[in-house]
Amino acid sequence: MNILENLLALLPFATVEQKENIFTLTVSKEKLYETASILKKNELVSFDFLCDIIGMDYGDSLGLIYRLNSSAYPAYTLTLKTSTEERENPRIDSVIDLWDSADLYEREAHDFLGIAFTGNPDMRRLFLRQDWKGYPLRKDYDASPEVNPIPMENEKIEDMETLPIIDLNPDRKIEPEKLFEAGEYVVNFGPQHPATHGVLHLRVALDGEIIMKIDPNFGYIHRGIEKMCEAYTYPQMLHLTDRMDYVSGPINRHGLCLAIEKGLELEVPERAQYIRTIIDELSRVASHLLGWGCMAMDMGSITAFVYGMRDREKIMDIIEETCGGRLMANYNVIGGVMADIHPDFQKKVKEFIPYMRKMLKEHHLLFTGNPIARGRMDGVGYLSKEKAISLGATGPTGRASGWHNDIRKIEPYAVYGKVAFEEMLREGGMTFDRYIIRLDEIKESLHIIEQLIDNIPEGAYAAKTKAVIKVPEGEYFSRVENARGEFGVYINSRGDKYPYRVKFRSPSMTLVNTLKAIAVGTKVADLIMLGGSLDYVVPCIDR
Amino acid sequence: MFQFSVVTQWIDEFLRSYLSEGWTLLVEFVLIALLVLTAYAVLALLLIYIERKVCAFFQCRIGPNRVGPFGILQSVADMVKILLKEIIRINKVDSFLFTLACFLVIIASLCTFGALPFDGGLHVIDFNIGVFYLLAVSSLGVVGILLAGWSSNNKYTMIGAMRSGAQLISYELSCGLSLLSIVILSGTMQLSQIVEQQSDLWFIFKGHVPAFIAFVIYLIAGHAETNRGPFDLPEAESELTAGYHTEYSGIQFGFFYLAEYLNMFIIAAIAATMFLGGWMPFHVPGWESFNGIMDYIPPVIWFFGKTFFCVFLALWVRWAFPRLRIDQLLALEWKILLPIGLINIILMTLLVIL
Amino acid sequence: MEVKDIFIRNMKTEDFNENEYLDEYLKELRANGVNIVISKLDDLINWGRSNSVWPLTFATSCCGIEFMCLGAARYDFARFGWEVTRNSPRQADVVFCCGTIVHKMAPVLKRLYDQMAEPKYVMAFGSCAIGGGPFKKSYHTVMGVDQIIPVDVYVPGCPPRPDAMIYGMMQLARKIKLQEFFSLPKQPELSRHCGTDPQSAEKEINNVQEVADQAHNDKNIEKGGSE
Repeated sequence: MNILENLLALLPFATVEQKENIFTLTVSKEKLYETASILKKNELVSFDFLCDIIGMDYGDSLGLIYRLNSSAYPAYTLTLKTSTEERENPRIDSVIDLWDSADLYEREAHDFLGIAFTGNPDMRRLFLRQDWKGYPLRKDYDASPEVNPIPMENEKIEDMETLPIIDLNPDRKIEPEKLFEAGEYVVNFGPQHPATHGVLHLRVALDGEIIMKIDPNFGYIHRGIEKMCEAYTYPQMLHLTDRMDYVSGPINRHGLCLAIEKGLELEVPERAQYIRTIIDELSRVASHLLGWGCMAMDMGSITAFVYGMRDREKIMDIIEETCGGRLMANYNVIGGVMADIHPDFQKKVKEFIPYMRKMLKEHHLLFTGNPIARGRMDGVGYLSKEKAISLGATGPTGRASGWHNDIRKIEPYAVYGKVAFEEMLREGGMTFDRYIIRLDEIKESLHIIEQLIDNIPEGAYAAKTKAVIKVPEGEYFSRVENARGEFGVYINSRGDKYPYRVKFRSPSMTLVNTLKAIAVGTKVADLIMLGGSLDYVVPCIDR
Repeated sequence: MFQFSVVTQWIDEFLRSYLSEGWTLLVEFVLIALLVLTAYAVLALLLIYIERKVCAFFQCRIGPNRVGPFGILQSVADMVKILLKEIIRINKVDSFLFTLACFLVIIASLCTFGALPFDGGLHVIDFNIGVFYLLAVSSLGVVGILLAGWSSNNKYTMIGAMRSGAQLISYELSCGLSLLSIVILSGTMQLSQIVEQQSDLWFIFKGHVPAFIAFVIYLIAGHAETNRGPFDLPEAESELTAGYHTEYSGIQFGFFYLAEYLNMFIIAAIAATMFLGGWMPFHVPGWESFNGIMDYIPPVIWFFGKTFFCVFLALWVRWAFPRLRIDQLLALEWKILLPIGLINIILMTLLVIL
Repeated sequence: MEVKDIFIRNMKTEDFNENEYLDEYLKELRANGVNIVISKLDDLINWGRSNSVWPLTFATSCCGIEFMCLGAARYDFARFGWEVTRNSPRQADVVFCCGTIVHKMAPVLKRLYDQMAEPKYVMAFGSCAIGGGPFKKSYHTVMGVDQIIPVDVYVPGCPPRPDAMIYGMMQLARKIKLQEFFSLPKQPELSRHCGTDPQSAEKEINNVQEVADQAHNDKNIEKGGSE
């Protein structure tokens, strides 16, 4: 790609490597901000989507890997690497003024690895308690329970606390901010609250019913999956992905399998590819049905929720028969799938497709056309395309704002390249667009399944793998289109049977940041509804 | 047609033949209070059961069916449980107001309940300003809700109570206006006379279009007054956990719970009395034999039949619609229902004059 | 008077598998004997309590979705009268502890439990709530909710199927049937207790009540109220 080469010519101080469609730039930490701003602000190709920031502990140094994408050329990924030798007090420039999504990613890296970002106005820990000792993803972390016993007292959260910051850069001076001003009426939604879709803690400053400011708190279901992966062999760590975004678990697991298969250079049999695609699409339908129902319930229509669950049960039946598990399919394995499909699988899926189409009409009748529901959704929660890209709001949320970001189209994996389907795009960016796009995607998923279900080729359902899987040394990325957006996997292997570092890019995390951006100025009732329309899953954020 | 006043008069005479004036009254008061309280509790439990069954029906479920035949004792079990549940004393609440609030709510609904004409003569008190009394007493409940929200010292309850205050005071207007149009039509505020006047034809038919409009407005506004979906903002479950009664436990919560269901019944009963003829059977002028057959059905059954029809409408709406937002809720009242209600009164006046 | 066999209408006694614990307790009760009036009253109370158990909507992760399925059309726990999910802990009877509890969540769960009114029960759903489950190796997971609050019924599975959840609920109903309201002193510990001794537990409750709930920070109430 010529434009990209021209762009890289602007960065003489960076070392560049290319592997397939991934360009890797390595810069010193002093040059990081300059490089990042050139990449974002140049006129050739603007890398306007910061997909993820991966914190690394290389043993002797701490590093950061920025994954950048361009909305104009989505197929190309650029990774920007930097590292610091300092372990006691590592400092790296913040890129928060370039990308909105950097906010939470930087806080995450700070939480896990103790890297401080100069210029970020909020350097609290993201997942762990503020009084937590140590940085868990460092290799020398002491995980013994004596260091961090189970706390019996709630974390003291002061409403008017001043946010901790690291500000050493004289060029980009920032003032310490107060989280909430004195006199603001701060209401806690969560951690235990019926409408936060898990244990999310939102602190909301209200003026009457109008929302002035939102401060999301995470970590109430942080289970340390990334650290656990480092102690598990590759087949063992597969099951953890199902439990992150549990409503579209098979898709996550597919993503991790893809990354490992890339490392092993394993050819997955065609039959397995077909089965994987069908199961993925089924779970996407199930997830959207649940999302639809939950959004309706957030708006007070419990009947719609029950209808969604009723249809979801049909999918659960199909998945249970073939995979053995209802919610946790545990179906994808390295090189294929766990077991062959059930003899009734094709028949049941074929019965399900017309049933679901009929029920979709009922769902539209019950909720989409309801004047109250339309009145609630219209004109609320506008998210512009630029903002969506900057916030990294992938998936249906981004597509509702007109951002072409479907990984199934950009980087077709499994058999998505062979089927005809449309990427649902809407231009409105309103709550109603986010709502309707999910129902449209159900329709499109049914269309995909319809094309595949009769054409599953004969053959093996899984490739033969060695008893002990050792991924060759290197770094492997994969990304799949989860029901909520882009689910990315990064594996750093040192040729061992355990990975050196695993990082998952959660689509839900940026969605909560999106909520923070779009809910200001709306009413309390809208906050809950907007949360429903973004459809985030909290355990996926916390990992 | 059987009139219940025969029975009450007989009891009265029976008591008077043995007791002096004062004692008779006392015994009668106690009897009435016991009857009203029992009817109140039984009706509330029945309504809870009905709501759970109807809700299950709308949601393709079965609903309670294990406790007693068809699960009919389910709400009795709930009551036994809730009576023996711990009442938590919470620090930092205004304990006097906190305790008072739940009583206020239930007293308001009890007072309204007592004034309903269930049958000819089955009527605790027959005021000549019956309609006025109903409106006045039923709106007392909002004081209880406001106090509950305020005294709980909790932000959810506070928001819930404020929402409730705004909502009830607004919708009270539409309620009053729609009932007023019937008062204009009948020329009296006495409930027994209103029912008597519907002996030839119910007001909803007699009053032509204005009465029908008033009926619809009353159903919407009355439904909003009961704090039930789509107007359940004060206790919006997904927003405010449990709204104004978040901090209440045990029987104190039970009071709110019972009052909520009974208010639904009361609104339906007032709608039935004012528009659908109360306990008066369905009569069509001129169809003498038809009217005669209708008279064989006891008035109590007519009353409850009509009331439960209105209750069913309320449940249907409750389980089919999503919740309104506070600004939409107020806009619905002040921009739509209130102007229509005012115009409707003019229409009704013209109808009566002409 | 002889203590009756524990019987619930919803499920046959012989369909229950693990009964040693309840059987032994029943034997113990029979050995003591009970007053007829008291036992009749107790029966009535237990009938009410075991048939009307209102769960708190509390779900941290995966098992929460199965809990939702339980409330939806196919499994419908409304049949047993359990469907009145209360969002306020004050009005709930049982915590369905669905999902992993982590260090940051532990005090929140404990507070929720303390906020509930007696009688209150806890059911641990899924391996995570029982003992850490798949996240046993994690640095941030609590190895079972019984480290924080006492648990009445454990339902294994990852996540347990809704049928298994119903089975657990029936076990809890049977357990409630054996409670004695009027003869409290004789009552043995029905639920496994966590490590804290009673005195410190009492202190904890006071603390919780003093430190006002996250949702009602009184300073702000006053300010907000005057606006």
